[in-house]
Amino acid sequence: MSFINLKEKVVQVKIVYYGPGRCGKTTNLEYINKTYRKQIVSEMVSLKTHGDRTLFFDFLPFDMGKIKGYDIKIQLYTVPGQVKYNATRKLVLRGVDGIVFVADAMEKQREKNIRSLNQLHENLQSYKESIFNIPLVMQYNKVDLKEHGIPILPTEVLQKDLNSRLKVPYFEASAITGYNVAETLKKIISSTVVSIQKKLL
Amino acid sequence: MNYGIVSQEQLEQIDTILSDKLISLGVDCVIIIDMAGNIITAKDNGESKYDVYSFAALAAGNFATVDAMAKLVGEQEFSLLFHKGQDSNIHFSKIDEELLLISMFGKGISLGFLRLNVVDVIEKIRKVWAKK
Ligand SMILES: Nc1nc2c(ncn2[C@@H]2O[C@H](COP(=O)(O)OP(=O)(O)OP(=O)(O)O)[C@@H](O)[C@H]2O)c(=O)[nH]1
Ligand SMILES: [Mg+2]
Repeated sequence: MSFINLKEKVVQVKIVYYGPGRCGKTTNLEYINKTYRKQIVSEMVSLKTHGDRTLFFDFLPFDMGKIKGYDIKIQLYTVPGQVKYNATRKLVLRGVDGIVFVADAMEKQREKNIRSLNQLHENLQSYKESIFNIPLVMQYNKVDLKEHGIPILPTEVLQKDLNSRLKVPYFEASAITGYNVAETLKKIISSTVVSIQKKLL
Repeated sequence: MNYGIVSQEQLEQIDTILSDKLISLGVDCVIIIDMAGNIITAKDNGESKYDVYSFAALAAGNFATVDAMAKLVGEQEFSLLFHKGQDSNIHFSKIDEELLLISMFGKGISLGFLRLNVVDVIEKIRKVWAKK
């Protein structure tokens, strides 16, 4: 649930990066954090284990400036991707307005991406929300590995596995080099803001 | 998804309640958030400088975690959620299924006294909220 403050004219929008363990969700936020310092009002919060795995979530508030006189504050979150953390994943999804599904393009992660997307579908249902209605963008991450000779799933395969029914916008990306990280972010912000505007009319 | 919109009038009424009933007693900072981690309103005594957005995200996570633990052990909820420090304390209180009231206060106020006033404030806020 985005929260709209009519007194101070502020809209808070919650966007969650979701996907299997080690697919690069935290790396997306870290890249945004270091690239857009001017639009970030406070420190990134990361609740993680000693091994740098996300334990609960990462949080990064991102200032979009004004749209139609309203100050748009984007709250970026990541979920913990490890299988055992589904209870916390669900908590982070509460009140979500838009989702980036980060898939790991490494060939050996094929099954994990599909399982994670199916679980996202179930988790949203538990909030009476549908994966077919919520603003969603696919990101096929780690495409840089191809240059290092690591087998990567072709985009057509990822599209067929993950996006054949959803038919949402998608990007090949490399969170570590920043390739298409900003494009992914811009796309999910615009889809989400449009969807909120529609519901307000 | 349902959208949380409060009118300017409602927010002003709520801010007045928070100022009159909590800040004037010496509470450093009061924040109302929803369970998704959005800030509804924040009031402070003018001295405290908290990063309220990060605070709201963490507080919502903390409350949700404790709530989920309560359910696991068969409790409806743990009614008191309180963190005590050397110089400052944090007290959480549920307004309803969607909203939380968080008070930050120092040594000058006892927990018992704070809780009494929080109960009163919540009742008043519920009345304002019901007018939606
Ligand atoms: N080569 C390459 N490595 C990446 C890329 N994105 C992330 N990584 C690496 O993959 C590992 C896991 O990245 P994280 O961002 O921590 O993954 P995560 O999705 O947050 O993982 P969890 O918190 O466990 O869910 C790290 O070692 C990253 O450096 C990428 O685009 N290319
Ligand atoms: Mg992570």
